[in-house]
Amino acid sequence: MKVAQENHREELSMSPVIEAKNLTKIFGDLTAVDNISFNVYPGECFGMLGPNGAGKTSTIRMIYGLSPITRGALAVFGLDIAQNTRAIKSRLGVCHQDNNLDPDLTVKENLEVFSRYFNMSPAAARVQAESLLRFMALEHRKDARITELSGGMMRRLVLARALLNAPELLILDEPTTGLDPQSRHQVWERLGELKAKGLSILISTHNMDEAARLCDRLIIMDHGGILVEGKPLELINQHVGHDIIEVLEPNQSLRAFVRARNMEHEDLGHRLIISTGDGNALFREINNDYCKEGCIMRMATLEDVFLKLTGRELRE
Amino acid sequence: MRKILPLHLSMRFLRVWERNLLVYRQNWKISFVPPLLEPFFYLVAFGVGLSTLVGNINYDGSEISYMLFIAPALLAINIMNNAFFENTYASFVRMYYQKTFDAMMATPLTLEEIITGEIVWGATKSVIATSIMLAVISLFGLIRYPEGLLIIPLSLIGGIAFGSIGMIFTAIVANIELFNLPVFLFITPMFLFSGTFFPIENLPGWAQYIAMLLPLTHMVNLTRSLSLGIVDMSLLPGFCYFVISCIVFFPLAIHKMHRRLIK
Ligand SMILES: Nc1ncnc2c1ncn2[C@@H]1O[C@H](COP(=O)(O)OP(=O)(O)O)[C@@H](O)[C@H]1O
Ligand SMILES: [Mg+2]
Repeated sequence: MKVAQENHREELSMSPVIEAKNLTKIFGDLTAVDNISFNVYPGECFGMLGPNGAGKTSTIRMIYGLSPITRGALAVFGLDIAQNTRAIKSRLGVCHQDNNLDPDLTVKENLEVFSRYFNMSPAAARVQAESLLRFMALEHRKDARITELSGGMMRRLVLARALLNAPELLILDEPTTGLDPQSRHQVWERLGELKAKGLSILISTHNMDEAARLCDRLIIMDHGGILVEGKPLELINQHVGHDIIEVLEPNQSLRAFVRARNMEHEDLGHRLIISTGDGNALFREINNDYCKEGCIMRMATLEDVFLKLTGRELRE
Repeated sequence: MRKILPLHLSMRFLRVWERNLLVYRQNWKISFVPPLLEPFFYLVAFGVGLSTLVGNINYDGSEISYMLFIAPALLAINIMNNAFFENTYASFVRMYYQKTFDAMMATPLTLEEIITGEIVWGATKSVIATSIMLAVISLFGLIRYPEGLLIIPLSLIGGIAFGSIGMIFTAIVANIELFNLPVFLFITPMFLFSGTFFPIENLPGWAQYIAMLLPLTHMVNLTRSLSLGIVDMSLLPGFCYFVISCIVFFPLAIHKMHRRLIK
């Protein structure tokens, strides 16, 4: 694991876009971000996964200079965030978790007015807005009001807005939460294209498909701290194995069997989840000898890692 | 207060101002209605209807008509209301419901520039409305020129002062309903008791002292003098009152907004 990470860093042997060292954020007596350290390198898509309240948004707000850090060090583009907020912000694109498009303006005006905040000339703003509306397939709605847009269109517009200043780093806070599958896939498609062009991306999410699909590396956070860091596939192999066997209504003899073989498993009462390397032989055995209600085998996913590490209790 | 340094406040605040201007221009026809009609209504109701009962008013040693007395007060009230309501209700909606400030703060704009843009915008609304109203009142022959033109720059300074006070409330209220408090405890009493519709000399002595502390009293004195063509040292205390108000309340508004938005 350690070795893999070192290799990765050598591969990228460039100075990080984001360098967080022992970063801590405390609100009153609540530690929202607890001594976390991570680096994001140029051109990579770095994921921050975690349940609600894990501290993802708090971390992001420190990265774009909105929220002063309580302790630790944070550099973006090699510059200290506290001293260089304006310079850093002019090179960032940020998509907030809440929709904060300007409802007093049309789609096109949203982009044009926003580019003026970056001191772009009105002419450059118009050109940039038009090209981004095309990229996000919003051209036909350019004169619409924000309230007339669907959730997916709003998200695409937020994304377009974050790209106005041709940022070197794109920060996305739960970009697809609440979207229908079609819209979600469209956003992923666009993000994939941006990534292919070499844009560095920091993305927070609790959608595991999203993370597995987009992220080169990720951290899983909970209660303000980092639980693990790694590449999606490595994390899956390392923490849950390759295959998952799920048995509905498991009986006592299966439980005894699993315990006797010392297999990695989770017992949810009505469901038993067994994680294993290559599960084919084991699945046949369980299917023949122990399965009454139903059992399936599937590939292990990031979601299994996530649930294993962060538990199954509800948050908030 | 450490944060309010020139470093954080550049001319970029004009970008925020421009955003508000763009929105304003979309329904300028509606925005123009109140300053056009308000003076008509007041001058007809109070001036024509009430002045037969009131007769003339003794102001500064000379007799003036009731219309002449209240017309400048309408301008002063207008300066107060435009900036105050813009930087309370309208700014609160942008900050709290529309999250416009959040979006702006992820750009190179600083909080100082956002709040400055908002306050200067509120003052701009005062200037626009004052100019329109001044024109309407002039039709009644109630303004002396060229002295009366000084009311326009005055509305900018007054707008910044009243807007900053409004912005301080915006920074501290938990929800939009709570603006009722400053409106009923601050704006409405000023509207009635600041020498607007009757001279403050008619108030009991203690109340006159209180009235002399209120910004609208000074604004009414200034607009009234200027409308009557008086430009002399008697304007100085009122002018200083507003300059000092700007110097105190504007940084305080930014400071309070810092408290609210930077966590
Ligand atoms: N301004 C704030 N004041 C107090 N507590 C906060 C504030 N912002 C966030 N928190 C708390 O910090 C914790 C982390 O929140 P957040 O970073 O929003 O998590 P996430 O984005 O991962 O869901 C939560 O417990 C949240 O309630
Ligand atoms: Mg969040």
